Amino acid sequence: MTTKKVTGSQAVILSLLEEEVDTIFGYPGGAIMPIYDALYDHNDHVKHILTRHEQGAIHAAEGYARVTGKPGVCFATSGPGATNLITGIADAMLDSVPLVCIIGQVASPLLGTDAFQESDVVGISMPVTKWNYQITTPEEIPETIAKAFYIANSGRPGPVLIDITKDAQFGEFDFEYKKCTKIRSYLPEQPINKFKIKEAADIIDNAERPLLLFGQGVIIGRAEEELKAFVEKTGIPAAWTLLGLSALPTDHPLNVGMLGMHGNYGPNQLTNHADVIISVGMRFDDRVTGKVSSYATEAKIIHLEIDPAEIHKIIRADVPILGNSKKSLKLLTDQVKENRHDEWLARFRESDKTEQEKIIQKELFPEKPGLTMGEVVRIAGDKTNHEAVLVTDVGQHQMVASRYFKFRHPRSNVTSGGLGTMGFGLPAAMGAQIGAPDRKVIAFIGDGGFQMTIQELGTIAQNKLPVKIVVLNNNFLGMVRQWQQLFFEKRYSFTELQNPDFIAIAKGFGIDAHKVEVRDDLESSIQTMIDHPGPYMLEVVIEKEDNVFPMVPSGASVSDIMLEL
Amino acid sequence: MKQEYIITVYSENHIGMLSRITLVFTRRKINIDSLTVSESAIEGIFKFTIVIKSTPDLIVKVVGQIEKQIDVLKAFYHTNDEMIYQEIALYKVATEALYENDTIEKIVRNAGARILEITREYTVIEKTGHKTETQELFFELNKFKVMQFIRSGRVALTRDPIERLSEFLKERDAVLEQID
Ligand SMILES: Cc1ncc(C[n+]2csc(CCOP(=O)(O)OP(=O)(O)O)c2C)c(N)n1
Repeated sequence: MTTKKVTGSQAVILSLLEEEVDTIFGYPGGAIMPIYDALYDHNDHVKHILTRHEQGAIHAAEGYARVTGKPGVCFATSGPGATNLITGIADAMLDSVPLVCIIGQVASPLLGTDAFQESDVVGISMPVTKWNYQITTPEEIPETIAKAFYIANSGRPGPVLIDITKDAQFGEFDFEYKKCTKIRSYLPEQPINKFKIKEAADIIDNAERPLLLFGQGVIIGRAEEELKAFVEKTGIPAAWTLLGLSALPTDHPLNVGMLGMHGNYGPNQLTNHADVIISVGMRFDDRVTGKVSSYATEAKIIHLEIDPAEIHKIIRADVPILGNSKKSLKLLTDQVKENRHDEWLARFRESDKTEQEKIIQKELFPEKPGLTMGEVVRIAGDKTNHEAVLVTDVGQHQMVASRYFKFRHPRSNVTSGGLGTMGFGLPAAMGAQIGAPDRKVIAFIGDGGFQMTIQELGTIAQNKLPVKIVVLNNNFLGMVRQWQQLFFEKRYSFTELQNPDFIAIAKGFGIDAHKVEVRDDLESSIQTMIDHPGPYMLEVVIEKEDNVFPMVPSGASVSDIMLEL
Repeated sequence: MKQEYIITVYSENHIGMLSRITLVFTRRKINIDSLTVSESAIEGIFKFTIVIKSTPDLIVKVVGQIEKQIDVLKAFYHTNDEMIYQEIALYKVATEALYENDTIEKIVRNAGARILEITREYTVIEKTGHKTETQELFFELNKFKVMQFIRSGRVALTRDPIERLSEFLKERDAVLEQID
């Protein structure tokens, strides 16, 4: 391999190119200026998206990573630049999103002196990164970046942060790049234990009421086909978590819907009737399990998982199967017998009917004058032929969109699940659009969350990103208001919003926009939005005090799922 | 039921490792009773010996989350009776007290402690043992007023005939070879 003399900054860019990075989301400042200067020479090779806030950059990087499966790359300066990334890094940590964040730091002689814009970024980010490292000499740059990419996107993915002091960015050295393929102290995935596969297969073959729960692990592991093959061979009903959405087509005959607090009636309530539960790439989050002591009370648990720390963390697994879900599902499919569970499946369909009558019908086809979130989601889904990428912010609209948007293709759902970060939606949609330029990206965002990162309309306009933004405006922090109504005697403590003129704001940013207030205007307006070649914002005024149902109240058992008030 | 556990962590010698490891305890509001860090028999690999009180259920999760840290090679946990462990304590007493009668000398002898240094003003006594033993000696000596006292963190060995880490490293190498 040939080497050449470069500065640390140039080495950063060259290393990113070696990792085939095509997009960087970032925001410059003093401590990262040498790296931005080096970037100036590589405009043709790598795109840089200048966001309006570092939080925008990090969520955009997440959106990009979620639709592509490649690490999202983020630049920020020291001090406030870096601290502004923290929310997004924490979000990526909980949702296993691969990110490589490169941060400028004050020159190494100044470390620890409270220098201008110095903050202990390695310390601050430690609890929310999969790995982080501070570089103080240029020689460390290629090796550290190679390691960062390997760690971020192998095993259970996660965010990685590299802090580079300014003197390391200026220093010269002989550049040589070698990709990282292994680290002695890090085993990204365990070899699969064939005995456990056999043991699981026996249990599955003898199960009468088996239920499969799948999460994002299937998508991360690119195991969608393996999942489908497994359920089709065994005839086992399969339910997705919020982050498992789109890993199986919505209308697959064995897809029985969504788990969790606002998931579907069937899979929640029947969890406690199943005799075997096979969980794949999901981590029994408390929003899924409800009260743990009365969760899956009759079931033997088979847990397919890549992260050993997840095994027995919440729910004791009778048969843990560590390893990559793509491989373990394949091995398991080979071992199990062909089977059908028609009667058991029929019980899910029976529950669906109840849910349809009590909830879905009036949410999707309301007869009252006020608009519902559900009908907006339904029409937008239909009009995009169920082929769009769904991006959601956090709140009622997130739950409604996740419940009613339909999926045909994997990697079509981008949402903040674990951290539930309001303000995620808009920037994540822009990153998703950059990652999937040929797909339609529709973001549903509440009027509250929209105002947390609204400035990213500027980034969307500047880069002409054709994202479709649907603001579901109920003039409330809807989800919190719902809890206040249900659990705090309707004491609406600080949840009502006086909103700005969103249309004027969008137009001010140079984005076409339209406001829908009546049902007659809804369908054609959604059509206009979808046909619009550039970015577009549609504000839909929603009934102020609608609630999302069903609901497993926090702390209740999944079998106590409420269908109505 | 909570009981004492000894956690042994082997990690790469990287800056920040101590923080990364202790964060696992901080998050769950677990108090660290004792902590010792030093280079292991294998050059470049550091060994942390951490004592906490935990339930059997919790200790598994905590150790799993420690082992998940990228630069951690391996973490083990043991109950006290599974390990041979010691702490070292130093006691400073006034030399005068030693000359007044032979009680202190007897206490030192009976406790299996030894005298490390004698100066005109003070005498330093050293005792290695379990916390109960070093504490008991403190109690005895303090009758003559202990001027200064310090006890180290715990060091511990398993009863295995081999260093577990070398076995582990061999296995890890083999597994890493397998993975494409
Ligand atoms: C950053 C952040 N702050 C606070 C919350 C708590 N929270 C969860 S949902 C919600 C209300 C969201 O309101 P809005 O964006 O209008 O959406 P809606 O629920 O009305 O659809 C709030 C405040 C959060 N998830 N994230």
